[in-house]
Amino acid sequence: MLRYIVRRVLWGVVLLFLVSAVIFLIFYVFPNADPAKLRAGRQANPRLISQIREQLGLSDPIWEQFLRYMTQVFTPFDWFGASQHGGTGPLNFGNSFQSNTPVKEIILDRLPATGLLVAGAVVFWLLMGLPVGIISAIKRRSALDRTTMVTSLAFISAPVFWLGLVALYLFASDVGLIHIFPGIGSYLDADTFLAKCWSLFLPWLVLAAATAAIYARYLRSSMIDVMSEDYIRTARAKGVGERTVIMRHEVRSAITPIVTLLGLDIGLLLAGNAILTESVFNIPGVGREIVVAINRSDLPVIQGIVLFGAFFIVTFNLIVDIAYAYLDPRVRYQ
Amino acid sequence: MSLLEIQDLKVHFETDDGIVKAVDGASFSVDEGQTLGIVGESGCGKSVANMTILGLTQSPITSIEGKIMFEGKNLLEASPEEMQAIRGEEIAMIFQDPLTSLHPFYKVGSQLTEAIHVHRDVSKQDARDRAIELLELVGIPDPARRMRDYPHEFSGGMRQRVMIAMALVNDPKILIADEPTTALDVTIQAQILRLIQSLQDRFGMAVVLITHDLGVVADTANYINVMYAGRIVEAGTLDEIFYDPQHPYTWGLLGSLARPDRPRVKRLSQIHGQPPSLLAPPQGCHFRPRCPHEFDKCKQTPSLDPRSGTPAHLDRCWLPPEKKRTLRVIQGDQIGLEAPAA
Repeated sequence: MLRYIVRRVLWGVVLLFLVSAVIFLIFYVFPNADPAKLRAGRQANPRLISQIREQLGLSDPIWEQFLRYMTQVFTPFDWFGASQHGGTGPLNFGNSFQSNTPVKEIILDRLPATGLLVAGAVVFWLLMGLPVGIISAIKRRSALDRTTMVTSLAFISAPVFWLGLVALYLFASDVGLIHIFPGIGSYLDADTFLAKCWSLFLPWLVLAAATAAIYARYLRSSMIDVMSEDYIRTARAKGVGERTVIMRHEVRSAITPIVTLLGLDIGLLLAGNAILTESVFNIPGVGREIVVAINRSDLPVIQGIVLFGAFFIVTFNLIVDIAYAYLDPRVRYQ
Repeated sequence: MSLLEIQDLKVHFETDDGIVKAVDGASFSVDEGQTLGIVGESGCGKSVANMTILGLTQSPITSIEGKIMFEGKNLLEASPEEMQAIRGEEIAMIFQDPLTSLHPFYKVGSQLTEAIHVHRDVSKQDARDRAIELLELVGIPDPARRMRDYPHEFSGGMRQRVMIAMALVNDPKILIADEPTTALDVTIQAQILRLIQSLQDRFGMAVVLITHDLGVVADTANYINVMYAGRIVEAGTLDEIFYDPQHPYTWGLLGSLARPDRPRVKRLSQIHGQPPSLLAPPQGCHFRPRCPHEFDKCKQTPSLDPRSGTPAHLDRCWLPPEKKRTLRVIQGDQIGLEAPAA
């Protein structure tokens, strides 16, 4: 088991390294715009541009830029002239072209909002998706099953930005038909943790809806597969009660693949996939930040967020792999 | 009185294509300590009949008729709780494929003790001791250590031993073994059969051995039911079935047996054709379309009666017994349905 974990962690590190290299290639080697010109802004003149080029070290050979970039991202050392060209690391992605703040600070400032949004949504979609999936599987073909499955299909098909607007139209305390939940931008005004949670209530529901629906359908079909397994028949033949057969034998098997989904979904959302929900509800999270950064061609910010996203995805993949080995003993020996 | 008596059992499944008559009026009984062999090819209803005894075929599409009398009680009228108390405690069952019959995520030990805990209010330690004792009995080396292993760490034969141990932890009165050796190597098959027999001698339970292979029951069964297309077509003692078989289907099964004690034939004889669809079985005798000895009376359904002269030897074939005794001989003194093709 330990060997398995060590191997997985090493793979994760290698993967992150490769992703960083690819990001470097995309942003420095094939730029569709000259970073120096972007940095110079509106009052650009040839002198300023060459000054910036010097400051960012853009005239150095590519391999030197690459090694410097990797040094700044991964190590605290002053190698390859890191301190003269943007400062030492780790996690140094340079400064925002727009505000001149270090990208690291921007990201760390936006992460809590995204983190809270995702955490709440995960709780919501698990609380909704898992029971619905289990009950639909047990009561297969009943009216309840058909209703929940059609409803879930509707939620899967509805785009998040539409669902978000409908939710606001119906329930927002300012513009809604029924004034219940805080509306757009309320997160910005919330100062206590509870107030923040309350302001995220609608976004949680909206973000959780589609995923809950997917989980419900997935768990339902996974349960139905498991129900016809020979070992379930064995459990019944032993005299195990129906409730225990379902919870201990069927759900235990059927839920294992859900863990994979869950890990990937959390990783993706933290990486900025909550972009639409954050935009609709004006939540100052990582997703909304990257939209702003893309609109302004703020290369360091985009690059930093992409690498952070990759970090989350790799990390949660790693967690999934380890959790899976824990949940399915057969995996440990492969 | 028999320990278990099945009377005119019918198990029908209502599918989209029509009603599947998986078991169509089967009657048989199991006596204490007896080994009953139930023989028939795939899909003849032998597994369904036995799973119905344990209430494992219940579903919205199943309709079950008849009676299953166990110790004076009709199991078909028992409540789910009563059935649960009987399963694994009074009547236990092992299945065909030991590779998929154990839960892959739980240790063998916990699966064994679970079977004890659902029926007995015993301490964890007592359950564990009992489980280890049974693992030892079924011939698993180093049982205390193996309790901590997962099913995938056992070979097929070992897993079937674990299944047998699990079935026997509560000292059941009847063990139903549904093709227990079909998925195993031939060498392991004999071991498992011998194991079941020795455990039977030790515990004194009755065994219902379901198989498609007459060779499997030849060593072990006292009494044999031959099933075909949802019906029992012949029932008799081991000797009656092997030396005085009355139904042409039984002849076919006997003729297709590889017999190392006889001169080798070029080709084993076979029963031509396919078993009928249980959605629309042929009128009258179900074996009629495949039987070379069919005559006009076969369109009426023959009942399961003593026809050969021995009261306990029953069959469903209209042919007169004298005629059967001449028709069934295909080579020398060898019994079969048709002479093997040259």
